[in-house]
Amino acid sequence: MSPRPNPYFTSLRCRECGRDYPKEAVHVCEYDFGPLEAAYDYEAIRPVLTRGEIESRPRTMWRYRELLPIDDEPTVGLQTGFTPLVPAPRLARRLGLTGDLFIKNDAVNYPTLSFKDRVVAVALSRARELGLETVACASTGNLANSVAANAASVGLKCFVFIPQDLERGKVVGSLIFGARVVGVRGPYDSVNRLCSEIAGKYGWGFVNVNLRPYYAEGSKTVGYEICEQLGWRAPQHTVICMASGSLLTKVHKAYTEFAKLGLIAPGTGRIHGAQAAGCGPISEAMKLGRETVKPVAKPNTIVKSLAIGTPADGYYAIRVMKETGGSAEAATDPEVIAGIELLAETTGIFAETAGGVTVACAKKLIASGAIPRDESVVLCITGNGLKTVEAVTDAVGEPEVIGGSLREFDEQILARGTGAAATV
Amino acid sequence: MSTSIRIPTPLRKLTHGAEIVQADGANVGELLTSLDAKFPGLRERICDETGQVRRFVNVYLNDEDIRFLSEQATAVKTGDEISIVPAIAGG
Repeated sequence: MSPRPNPYFTSLRCRECGRDYPKEAVHVCEYDFGPLEAAYDYEAIRPVLTRGEIESRPRTMWRYRELLPIDDEPTVGLQTGFTPLVPAPRLARRLGLTGDLFIKNDAVNYPTLSFKDRVVAVALSRARELGLETVACASTGNLANSVAANAASVGLKCFVFIPQDLERGKVVGSLIFGARVVGVRGPYDSVNRLCSEIAGKYGWGFVNVNLRPYYAEGSKTVGYEICEQLGWRAPQHTVICMASGSLLTKVHKAYTEFAKLGLIAPGTGRIHGAQAAGCGPISEAMKLGRETVKPVAKPNTIVKSLAIGTPADGYYAIRVMKETGGSAEAATDPEVIAGIELLAETTGIFAETAGGVTVACAKKLIASGAIPRDESVVLCITGNGLKTVEAVTDAVGEPEVIGGSLREFDEQILARGTGAAATV
Repeated sequence: MSTSIRIPTPLRKLTHGAEIVQADGANVGELLTSLDAKFPGLRERICDETGQVRRFVNVYLNDEDIRFLSEQATAVKTGDEISIVPAIAGG
């Protein structure tokens, strides 16, 4: 057999006790239920994965493949990642920031317009290496879309499980790919629990249950790309929305790994977490100085993609924020809508509700001084606003309707001025 | 009084592969003690050294997380079902 392209991924390791496990479809330690995480041979990666080598590769998330937990060449999501890092000077001015502000825009990730395309590319590539034929997920919407689309692209059988009251765009965005879409009555946490039990019974590849160690690592590519796109450095501040808290911990891991490999200078900058006020257990614990996250039994927010009452990585997210000197904030529904509008009007980026949370919380962090006004900031926008139009439909109003004559345009439209609709 | 307890995959080696086992007790804590007598070592997998349910384990009485009830003092009655479910990532 020819040597595999990635000999650097060595085992799965328990984050709590450090026990090693084989690289199979397992996700928790049998001894303490600690999450299993991919382990790598960094000494072996260091001489291979240089800045020059990375820059010579195609502009996708796979340019960092030595740091991703698959054995062979990727087979799913080959075009995913390397989304734009967009300078946002107009938004910076509105937020009172004199330092550089950038948007990491995963609202245009391929193929389903959210950061979940990264995690699914890894999870399904690994699922195929493990010989799994049916893949599935528990999802608040974006993950369902991505699993359904990527499974369809390679002919894997697919089940997705969602809370039955999700936004229409996210439901249609799964059904269109021919996946079996199961709506569960109850909050996401009920869906999660069911999926955990189904995964145990039928042995399917649930990307965020038994494939979680592979899935979660895909999120690191957001952090690698930010560093590379900033000219090989980590930003002074990164603001990231939190559902389970996994993305925040993985962006931190990415910065740490790049520093360990000598690709960036040591130091990760401060990492800040953002949640919706109607389901903000991690932010609440962080603000109260607690390490234990008190679950939210009945999430109540328009930000459905972040409505996870029992966040599995909350504990680790809090540790990252504390270790890096970061803070946490929470945004109310009206603040979320204002955040989506502000981002759209100043950058041309239409984010989903989770993006509104990130912008609204960044605004609070700047106002409180947690982010000094003259420092550099990256906001991670994780999903596309076209999937959650319900959230802003009332806020944006209706178009100004006229007949097709120039006279009506002159009299009814221009007569009201030539400024933006919002100022009319 | 016997209650059904659903065992997650990672713990089934200890229950000889059984997915559902029976245990006796008036509350969740007593059930865990009874379970440990039948399947030695099970309790320490679910609870940490201070006796608390581990950070990455969720224990449900029917459809409710016992963290929202009275933790291990949560009373159980005939016909109730307990599920032990590892915490999982977001979506």
